Amino acid sequence: MSERQKLLQVKDLQTTFFTDSGEIPAVDHVDFYVREGEILGIVGESGCGKSVTSLSIMQLVPSPPGKITGGEILFGEEDLLKKSEKEMRDIRGKDVAMIFQEPMTSLNPLFTIGNQMKEAISLHEKKWSKKQITDRAVEMLKLVGLPRAEEVMKEYPHQLSGGMRQRVMIAMALVCDPKVLIADEPTTALDVTIQAQILKLMRELNERMNTAILLITHDLGVVAETCERVVVMYAGQVIEEAPTQEIFKNPCHPYTRGLIQSVPDMRDKKDRLYSIPGNVPKPGSVKKGCRFAARCESAFARCWEETPQLYRNSDVHQTRCFLYDEQEGVTTKDGQATVES
Amino acid sequence: MDKPLLKVEGLKKYFPIRKGIIGKTVGHVKAIDDISFHVNEGETLGIVGESGCGKSTTGRTIMRLLEPTEGVVEFQGRDLTSMSANEIRKVRRDIQMVFQDPYASLNPRHTIGKILEEPLLVHGVSNAKERREKVIEFLKIVGLSEYHAKRYPHQFSGGQRQRIGIARALMTNPKLIIADEPVSALDVSIQAQVLNLMQDLQKEFNLTYIFIAHDLGVVRHISNRVAVMYLGKIVEITESEELYANPLHPYTQALLSAVPVPDPNYKKEQIIIEGDMPSPANPPSGCAFHTRCPFKMDVCTKITPVLAEEKTGHSVACHLYTAEGNDDIERQKQLEGSV
Repeated sequence: MSERQKLLQVKDLQTTFFTDSGEIPAVDHVDFYVREGEILGIVGESGCGKSVTSLSIMQLVPSPPGKITGGEILFGEEDLLKKSEKEMRDIRGKDVAMIFQEPMTSLNPLFTIGNQMKEAISLHEKKWSKKQITDRAVEMLKLVGLPRAEEVMKEYPHQLSGGMRQRVMIAMALVCDPKVLIADEPTTALDVTIQAQILKLMRELNERMNTAILLITHDLGVVAETCERVVVMYAGQVIEEAPTQEIFKNPCHPYTRGLIQSVPDMRDKKDRLYSIPGNVPKPGSVKKGCRFAARCESAFARCWEETPQLYRNSDVHQTRCFLYDEQEGVTTKDGQATVES
Repeated sequence: MDKPLLKVEGLKKYFPIRKGIIGKTVGHVKAIDDISFHVNEGETLGIVGESGCGKSTTGRTIMRLLEPTEGVVEFQGRDLTSMSANEIRKVRRDIQMVFQDPYASLNPRHTIGKILEEPLLVHGVSNAKERREKVIEFLKIVGLSEYHAKRYPHQFSGGQRQRIGIARALMTNPKLIIADEPVSALDVSIQAQVLNLMQDLQKEFNLTYIFIAHDLGVVRHISNRVAVMYLGKIVEITESEELYANPLHPYTQALLSAVPVPDPNYKKEQIIIEGDMPSPANPPSGCAFHTRCPFKMDVCTKITPVLAEEKTGHSVACHLYTAEGNDDIERQKQLEGSV
């Protein structure tokens, strides 16, 4: 499994918003990768930078005020950040596609579903005949489980329910067989029974078409059910990364642990929920030390002084916390300290 | 403790659908369609359901923020639906509401102090010093500080704003608080803080809650009893432990199985129901859930099942548990036997 190629690699990405009230580092030296055919989850609370990360990959960060100020985004061997806008336009949709949280606002209300589906195809498959394009559009709508696909082609977005619109969005994102699908909170606006339908669809498509999925969510339940690996973000940084099984069995970062404990569990009732004290800091407000120190139960002197790096707990597990830096000084060649587990 | 504080009987709220220039009524959206339940003193009743099921309308109709079409709402033995506007304003001192969106429910031009003082003014606390003291007292109770009274809503985070919303509801020493999705706009870590606060306040002030939410985990955590709504009707109501351990209605079963559990090793039987919720303007005949139900029988399309007690304290509206339904199951068995 681990020999699968890394399809998309985000290296040391920095995205900063330049506002009147100063520079806001929304994404601060973020590293992660997505392998072929895998579902990677990025989880975190609002303002942690997970959406800006995904927009940075697609280079859709509103500019100004946003700007990617450093790092690399490697798709295969190529750095997407070095591409021109014209080249990016070919990559978006064909190699890397994206679906958004609000299926209502990401479809154009003035055009039929068919019209919008066909536009997406004709942009990338310039040599196809009209018939081929229409057939492909209908085929995709059927693939995502829309009943009466031919009729839906002639309908407008307002005639569909939220779940159906999200299916249309997924169909549209997949028309050109992208290798990576970025899904930014795809089920947050949907009801649980519809969410279950959409998640099932995404898992099936992942298996059938071998599309890698980068799933951005705030819901740990969705992560547990869907993802193979998880990246946890807090205040613009990756603070923990591990396979899903591992992160729920052995969460290392105090924030991850707190987050898992704060979710009311449907299976057994606790008298009192665990809660992390305080609020998520505003991006850029913590100048020194660990960004979680103010809310952390295990914080000690060093946490207020130095910023921790990602320490390895095992081959597949890393945590940005000094608790895992017991043997300070054992440094591997890539500059990361290791802890024997 | 087990005395009903609020009794709702046969409550209906229909919204007219108007068409044309003269606004002729061409039909009704049956947002809530004949629901009955009670809330005991000191308990928390959770109301769950998906968007459009009528759970928020229920809360607003009880408060008479919306005029009910039909039915009785009895609060401490008095019928709210027949009260004059003046009388209902006095009763609202005892029934307060906490809203979902802490961004939209606080006036951006008023300081927190003024926002919290308002309910006291309305309900006749004329001494300014007394009002100010009470504001500070309640700010502290919900975990904020005195200096926050001078600030404006935009200076607070979502979690803090929801604390302010809760403080405002508490200002008049209410008996019943109707909380409409109070934590669904908040992040998980903040959500846990607000839920804990609400539980502490309940003990301290002997409050009764109606907790409206779509998140089944949250509802289970905070509620003593839970009512499940679907398309304007209560389909199941029982003790919260019982509902999660032993759901009877196929919709409740599907709803429970659809919630993602934060544990990758947890294997559950997933019942994924097909399709979407039908429009409440044009509900299906018979049982409203029959279009999506995996156990649909002939009788379900014809007769609307009524909410009836299946076990002590556990009521369900489903033909799997009615006489008509049993007849249908028998018939089905015979039919299969003869083939």
